[in-house]
Amino acid sequence: MSRPIATTRSAAGMPTPRLAVWWLIASEIVIFGGVLGSYIMHRLAHGIWADYAANTNPWIGAFNTFVLLSSSLSAVLAHQAAERGDGKRAANLLYLTTLGGAVFLCVKAFEWTTEISHGMTITANTFWSFYYTAAGIHAAHVIAGMIIMVIVAQTAKKNLELHRVEIIGIYWHFVDLVWIFLFPLLYIAK
Amino acid sequence: MAESIRVEHAAHHDDHHGHHEMSFLEKYVFPLDHKMIAMQYMFTGMFMALIGGFFAYAFRWQIAFPGTEAPFWGQVSPADYNSLVTNHGSIMIFWVAMPVLIAAFGNYLIPLMIGADDMVFPKLNRLSYQIFLLSALIILASFFVEGGAFGGAWTAYPPLSTKAEYSLTPLGSTMWITAVALEFVAFLLGGINFITTAMNSRAPGMKMWDIPMVVWMIVIASILFMLSVGPLLAGGIMMLFDQNLGTAFFDPDRGGDPILWQHLFWFFGHPEVYVVLLPAVGIVAEIITVFARKKLFGYKTVLYTAIGTGVLSFTVWAHHQFIAGIDPRMANVFTVTTLLISVPIAEMMFVYIATLYGGSITLSTPMLWALSFIFEFLIGGITGIFLGASGNDIYMHDTYFVLAHFHYTFYPIAIIGTYAGFTFWFPKMFGRMMNDKLGKLHFWLTIIPFNTIFLPLFVLGAAGHHRRIFDYRNFPELSYPWMWDLQALATYSLIVMLLAQVIFFYNVITSWISGPVAPKNPWNSNTLEWTATSPPPHGNWPEGLPTVYRGPYEYSHPDRKSSDYWPQNEPA
Repeated sequence: MSRPIATTRSAAGMPTPRLAVWWLIASEIVIFGGVLGSYIMHRLAHGIWADYAANTNPWIGAFNTFVLLSSSLSAVLAHQAAERGDGKRAANLLYLTTLGGAVFLCVKAFEWTTEISHGMTITANTFWSFYYTAAGIHAAHVIAGMIIMVIVAQTAKKNLELHRVEIIGIYWHFVDLVWIFLFPLLYIAK
Repeated sequence: MAESIRVEHAAHHDDHHGHHEMSFLEKYVFPLDHKMIAMQYMFTGMFMALIGGFFAYAFRWQIAFPGTEAPFWGQVSPADYNSLVTNHGSIMIFWVAMPVLIAAFGNYLIPLMIGADDMVFPKLNRLSYQIFLLSALIILASFFVEGGAFGGAWTAYPPLSTKAEYSLTPLGSTMWITAVALEFVAFLLGGINFITTAMNSRAPGMKMWDIPMVVWMIVIASILFMLSVGPLLAGGIMMLFDQNLGTAFFDPDRGGDPILWQHLFWFFGHPEVYVVLLPAVGIVAEIITVFARKKLFGYKTVLYTAIGTGVLSFTVWAHHQFIAGIDPRMANVFTVTTLLISVPIAEMMFVYIATLYGGSITLSTPMLWALSFIFEFLIGGITGIFLGASGNDIYMHDTYFVLAHFHYTFYPIAIIGTYAGFTFWFPKMFGRMMNDKLGKLHFWLTIIPFNTIFLPLFVLGAAGHHRRIFDYRNFPELSYPWMWDLQALATYSLIVMLLAQVIFFYNVITSWISGPVAPKNPWNSNTLEWTATSPPPHGNWPEGLPTVYRGPYEYSHPDRKSSDYWPQNEPA
């Protein structure tokens, strides 16, 4: 099945896939905006939440922030390699990025297990409900990004569809950026 | 024959897109062609409209003749009543107005009107419909589960929606919110496709101001939807967790806040009105210019007012919550923004009337629908000003006045707008002309009962009739005999209106089978879709995509001597 001519046009001066991923991100921003906006309003109204938040471990959060930001670097390097037409290197860098996502999720799993075993479950109180919901929606995006990244890497390896490397990179940076908002809101603000 | 035309086009398609004969499944069940996906949305939406209409009949029967058996339904129990009104609202908004006005017309018209061969992401388009269909099946299935379908109103306010011990629909509530969330995902995917297609895939020569108004409107509506639905999607996840995991986001006993849901819901819910309004307004613009043979008066004005409406629509949501305990000072702010938003809409209506002024008007079926849209929507808009004023709304809240008001907005949008567009583009969609006499009969038998349903309800609402009362015999001091007469009038009118739809479906089926074959451009219209064959093949213009030389509304142009229209693709 060949692509429609429509897909190859760019009357707005931007390739269609890139334009589409920006609109996708626009729609995601308001989803996370809804969660975080609700969280902030509650947080401002309940001083006691600072006590609950004191139970989160900012060092683990900081480590995860570092891991995610580093994975964004390899996503950029993958894009650079793809621009040069080096699909093999781009694919390897994408796998490295995926690995970063996997480390992030493992740390998260460890962190959550500890917290849950100490009674800080999603139903403990509304702070923890927001904590798990917001981070959970974010983690779902990390997982989706990793799956897509592996698919993109599979084709990029054969030097095909190299423009996709940039697209998944943009998405991955967005997922990082959401974490940059989550980290201070859930871990640092006491 | 329509069938043979389609076969011929399938052959074209094969030349155009990849040399193989398509099976029935590929062509009709899992299509990639934007026109076929549009038809899937259209007919799913119409099917859901019949269900939603039937629900309305069942609960209107209970309101007018409480305690008697509704033919074809039986005794309406209080639980039935609640789930019928809830799902009537949900279905009409999410599974009728959205799929038909945005998804069906958007899918059909955007590529054809901007001169492209398809949407930019055909597979995403197909996925969007499949998710939508899944959501429709879930909402329908919820009627057959333990406890029945959700009955906490289409706004799903907690705690009724989150606590099974209140709603008594443990599974129905979860299925409702799941179906709604999936439906949103479907339209987010569809919206990205619409916006990207209109931005990037326009025919060579088609500049910003050469885009037909309906395309602009669907794109603006998609952007509005995209930017407003996110918080509600987040709220939907929270509600699912409240229902099933035992969190307390919306439970004040355990630190949550039920008003939060109302904010999340209406932050989407109010822009949603404009999400469905704008495509209908766009459809009307296409029709009145063609049948008045005049240029659209103030193209850019319409566009800017649409954008202005869109921006303002994000600032009015709390007018739904005047009695929910919000700060009265906030109520003042939202009163002002609500009254302000009527300005751009009124301006748009004036522009349309100015377009009609001095035109040579043909009262064809689509034109009748388009004119009635302007007339009926005006009533909806003006009564909205009553309700936007918080002082008045405190008395009017949840009465039949509110109900009549929003039916005077949504009915013109979802039903009149759809019939206008459907009868206008029917020749293009199916390659046949519709029967105009039957079309007009259907028009009058729909529009007169519509008014006799809802005009009485304004009176009842102003007299204090409350819209959520299952059986007014329990409140004899609040209802007088004349009120019963008006309720019965509304219900009889509804039955007449529903029966009149048989004429429409008869007309569609007979015209599709044996109507006169439609030429390429039966209405002498300018826009690009009329330069393709009727119906267009897969790929739309196998002989080569068109180029655009002028705006879409050059009717009765002084420089054009040969005819009173000037197609967009004709070189000067």
